[in-house]
Amino acid sequence: MASVSERMAAAPSARAAVDAAHLHRAIFVGIAIFLAVAPFLLYPVFLMKVLCFALFACAFNLLLGYGGLLSFGHAAYLGTASYICAHTAKVWGMPPEVAILLGTAAAAALGFVFGSLAIRRQGIYFAMITLALAQMVFFFSLQAPFTGGEDGIQAVPRGHLFGLIDLSRDTSLYYVVAVIFLVGVLFIYRVIHSPFGQVLKAIRDNEPRAISLGYATNRYKLVVFTLSATLAGLAGATKAIVFQLASLTDVHWTMSGEVVLMTLVGGMGTVFGPMVGAAVIVTMQNYLAHLGAWVTVIQGVIFVICVMLFREGIIGVLARRLKRPL
Amino acid sequence: MKTGRMLLATALVALFAGGAEAQVSVKLGVLNDRSGTYADLSGEGSVIAARMAVEDFKAKDKGINVEIVSADHQNKPDIGSNIARQWYDQDGVDVILDVPTSSVALAINQITREKNKIFINSGAAASDLTGKQCSPNTVHWTYDTWALANGTGSAMVKAGGDTWFFLTADYAFGHALERDTIAVVEKSGGKVLGTVRHPFPGSDFSSFLLQAQSSGAKVIGLANAGGDTINSIKQAAEFGITQAGQNLAGLLVFITDVNALGLQTAQGLVLTESFYWDLNDETRAFAKRFAEKSGGKMPTMVQAGVYAGTLHYLKAVEALKDKDSAKVMAKMKEMPTDDPLFGKGQVRADGRKIHDMYLFEVKKPEESKGPWDYYKLVATIPAAEAFRPLDQGECPLVKG
Repeated sequence: MASVSERMAAAPSARAAVDAAHLHRAIFVGIAIFLAVAPFLLYPVFLMKVLCFALFACAFNLLLGYGGLLSFGHAAYLGTASYICAHTAKVWGMPPEVAILLGTAAAAALGFVFGSLAIRRQGIYFAMITLALAQMVFFFSLQAPFTGGEDGIQAVPRGHLFGLIDLSRDTSLYYVVAVIFLVGVLFIYRVIHSPFGQVLKAIRDNEPRAISLGYATNRYKLVVFTLSATLAGLAGATKAIVFQLASLTDVHWTMSGEVVLMTLVGGMGTVFGPMVGAAVIVTMQNYLAHLGAWVTVIQGVIFVICVMLFREGIIGVLARRLKRPL
Repeated sequence: MKTGRMLLATALVALFAGGAEAQVSVKLGVLNDRSGTYADLSGEGSVIAARMAVEDFKAKDKGINVEIVSADHQNKPDIGSNIARQWYDQDGVDVILDVPTSSVALAINQITREKNKIFINSGAAASDLTGKQCSPNTVHWTYDTWALANGTGSAMVKAGGDTWFFLTADYAFGHALERDTIAVVEKSGGKVLGTVRHPFPGSDFSSFLLQAQSSGAKVIGLANAGGDTINSIKQAAEFGITQAGQNLAGLLVFITDVNALGLQTAQGLVLTESFYWDLNDETRAFAKRFAEKSGGKMPTMVQAGVYAGTLHYLKAVEALKDKDSAKVMAKMKEMPTDDPLFGKGQVRADGRKIHDMYLFEVKKPEESKGPWDYYKLVATIPAAEAFRPLDQGECPLVKG
């Protein structure tokens, strides 16, 4: 009898999960189709910027939304990767794919080191440690001779992908960036729906309970921290190729703040929220640029409205309305 | 019937006459900081200056249609380069003007070259724009770090300030500024008694200022920028350094900084600029008209540079009746420059615009006769000596 009622209870939730998976697949297909036609409707360089920041925000969301860890130093990984990528592409003459991989690897290594220090503390202390370490990276970037100080690394060649595809054409580069973005977010999607992701959510919701169930929570936290840093690095390295420059903006603490803003506006802990958040913020920075000082004011007002009225973010509210996880 | 035909004929003649006057449409984009540190220095004032240049040139009567757009790059190179690409690729912008902040300016420099458009920089200090990274599509109008270091360094030594102590921001920019100024000071026969590096960005300069004070140097050179310079000047005033007879020399200070500091704090500071509104009748006339449009603010040298650069560009377009980038750039370099704000000058092969620079000292509060009456002229650095010699910039355009 008991087993029947258990099965009855389990069935709808299993069906819901399958439903959600179908929905998500449909959305991903929708995104892929949109990305395929977007450069005919919108300016490709702008789209590439949105994609880089969307990937950055998704990587951050993996840590904050699913790991429950608020890092306030994610600019360090974005910026390090973009410096390494720019330097290897420009000075060492690496092809773009190798430069991006080297940048990403540098961010991964940095994430591992910083992560293993930061996860020893929780809450505000965790955030402060990540911030402090990121400030050290900023200082290093300011001082190190290869970063060019406040001038940054300029005139990074876009090069030829695999020696074949000329990336100096905006459209070809756009499709490369779109593929990198899709691979990145699908990887994140896979991670959060894997057993590893389930444990991660358990740790986020109740860490002592996860420990009592026998999970080595620190190891999980370190892995997710490193993954997040790596993907942030992927975004940063790609951005360096897109804009052909790496500068202090990418390692500055305001960049760490901006990614928090993007994630919160879009919807923390949702799959698609950070993408929407990044698109909203980047679009504002870009299309409201002629309003001058008002951009930052509007950005602030939107953030306040978002926090006061819909704390789950745009996609979070949408998901609640639709009663579906997004 | 006959009158009707006459009318038609007249209309046709008028139409053809209008068509015969070659119409050139150009679009100018003013890209600068409209919300941050450099908003006062460039910002909306630069847009006003560009509009005034178009008006004064009477572009419409000369068959040139000018449209001006503007945007805020927020001092971020990625935002700036995104806007610039969009302007060039989609919005049909022909020229980008102003662009303070070195990192953004260098990025726009590259994009402009790639897209074969024209970049007339006024706001940025980076001397690399006409040095290692020089481009056939860039004109650097108003000033650069070399000119500021040179002007302040040499003219101060000549004026008797022959012993120096440097307060330097500890990063590449500060080091470069310090190195360039030391070279000039020593070449002019001065002596450097010492240097001290302060962290960037810094807030407490007291210990560094005390070292500078006790060094006994006649001049304390501030090899820093922005907030650091403001803070060090404020704290120097609290120590009474200038009142005690030492001179503060700002190597990257603008009139807007002096305005923000107030004369009480900034008095006695010496600095180099390429334009001051109260230099002569022509600059005063321009400044008066400018102030009417900008709510009483006087033009800065950066805004003056946007005005003069726009004027020179329009002259080249008028002469050619064409806006082809290569032709216009060649014309701008070939034609000597002449405008009411910077006087006569030229654009060199490396893109550097050459004109006089001026060494100013900030007045004491009792010497000032009204708002914006801030400077007294100490020395004029003639155009020939004011900028880095053509062969020392390592600009590939010059060698080739």
